[in-house]
Amino acid sequence: MPSVPPTLSSPHPPLLDDDDVAALPFRPRGPVSAAVLAHLVDGTATAHTALADRAVLASVDIERDDDLQLALFALYASAYGAFPAFLADLEWDPSLIATRRVIETAFERSLRNSVTVPELPSPTADAVARALFDLTGADGGPSLSRYLARKATLDQAHEFLVQRTVYTLREADPHSWAIPRLTGRPKAALVEIQSDEYGGGRPDRVHATLFARAVRGAGLSDAYGAYIDDVPAVTLASHNTMSMFGLNRRLLGAIVGHLAAFEMTSSIPNRMYAEGLRRLGFGDDVCEYFDEHVEADAVHEQIAGRDLAGALAEDHPELLADIVFGAAACLEVDDRVGRHMLDAWSREESSLRAEDAR
Amino acid sequence: MTGERVTVTAYPDGPLLVRGDADILDADGHRVPRTRRTVALCRCGLSTIKPYCDGTHKAAGFRTDE
Repeated sequence: MPSVPPTLSSPHPPLLDDDDVAALPFRPRGPVSAAVLAHLVDGTATAHTALADRAVLASVDIERDDDLQLALFALYASAYGAFPAFLADLEWDPSLIATRRVIETAFERSLRNSVTVPELPSPTADAVARALFDLTGADGGPSLSRYLARKATLDQAHEFLVQRTVYTLREADPHSWAIPRLTGRPKAALVEIQSDEYGGGRPDRVHATLFARAVRGAGLSDAYGAYIDDVPAVTLASHNTMSMFGLNRRLLGAIVGHLAAFEMTSSIPNRMYAEGLRRLGFGDDVCEYFDEHVEADAVHEQIAGRDLAGALAEDHPELLADIVFGAAACLEVDDRVGRHMLDAWSREESSLRAEDAR
Repeated sequence: MTGERVTVTAYPDGPLLVRGDADILDADGHRVPRTRRTVALCRCGLSTIKPYCDGTHKAAGFRTDE
């Protein structure tokens, strides 16, 4: 097995003092995230809503704002149950929900401004599936997967895995929020996909579990959140985009479009990731996750395009615009993460946050 | 799901999706390992994981008549 770069071999241990926030595997990045984390962990209301109000006005670009993206990530983590240190009773705390809405409103407005949405197809399953395949098939410029396949160094491969832990250790969960909000064909289609994501009844085949095995096989930690301090705001924003779409019923079209685009940009890149990881000497324990997605997502993309997004547009033409927006947003936010990594590596720098930036 | 009818659905410009309890056999009659309930069979001939689809048809511009 290739050796682990020293910078990644020991995720930050919890700080040993009396502060409860220290039980978390990551640290705040500014006043809003500090206030939100303090409330979520010890239950004492802090002034985070007022701080968030001020911060969203002052933020130059909320999509790349470390403090606001980390605060939003933490608020969503409370709903997912991602960290035991977050008190369950606070999931629906009115002031935490208020803060979430403040950040979400600004984040959604920003995404709707920054994401380019193509012309809408007619609301038939066939036209929507074709439009989504066209959108996701357009050449997006430099490709992270091609770089991984041919050029990435061992350190860069580890960074790639670290960047992926935020979503993939909880793979599929953001889209599951949509299940009770759908009916008929799109519901059956989403459950067909999610059932496969969750192993089809076999716990060892749950995709998040396969990824945890891959991460451990690469010598990294599979503890959720172990690398939050290492990832930049764009990585948190990518995850927050799908959490926001998934958790808000009014954005049902967007989470469905997001899943379609996600599946449609997965099979071929995963084949290349596996190729690159094998080139660097990783074994099947690491590559199996990526191999699995070549076959799985070639199935999922068909179901997601036609039976899920397409059928939803047929049943609810009023959701068509958001289906396409969600797909375009997925491509844009994920492209930013890819470009961030390629840009850093082209400067021979790490794509992870430097110690002195924390 | 024994007894349920197997369906094979053609997806335009893409693979055939097989749902239901079907054995997929190779030329020698051996069962091809099947690890999921719904599988996609390659229709363009270019997949690297035949008989299953790997999405290569998209980059190749494969077109069907549907």
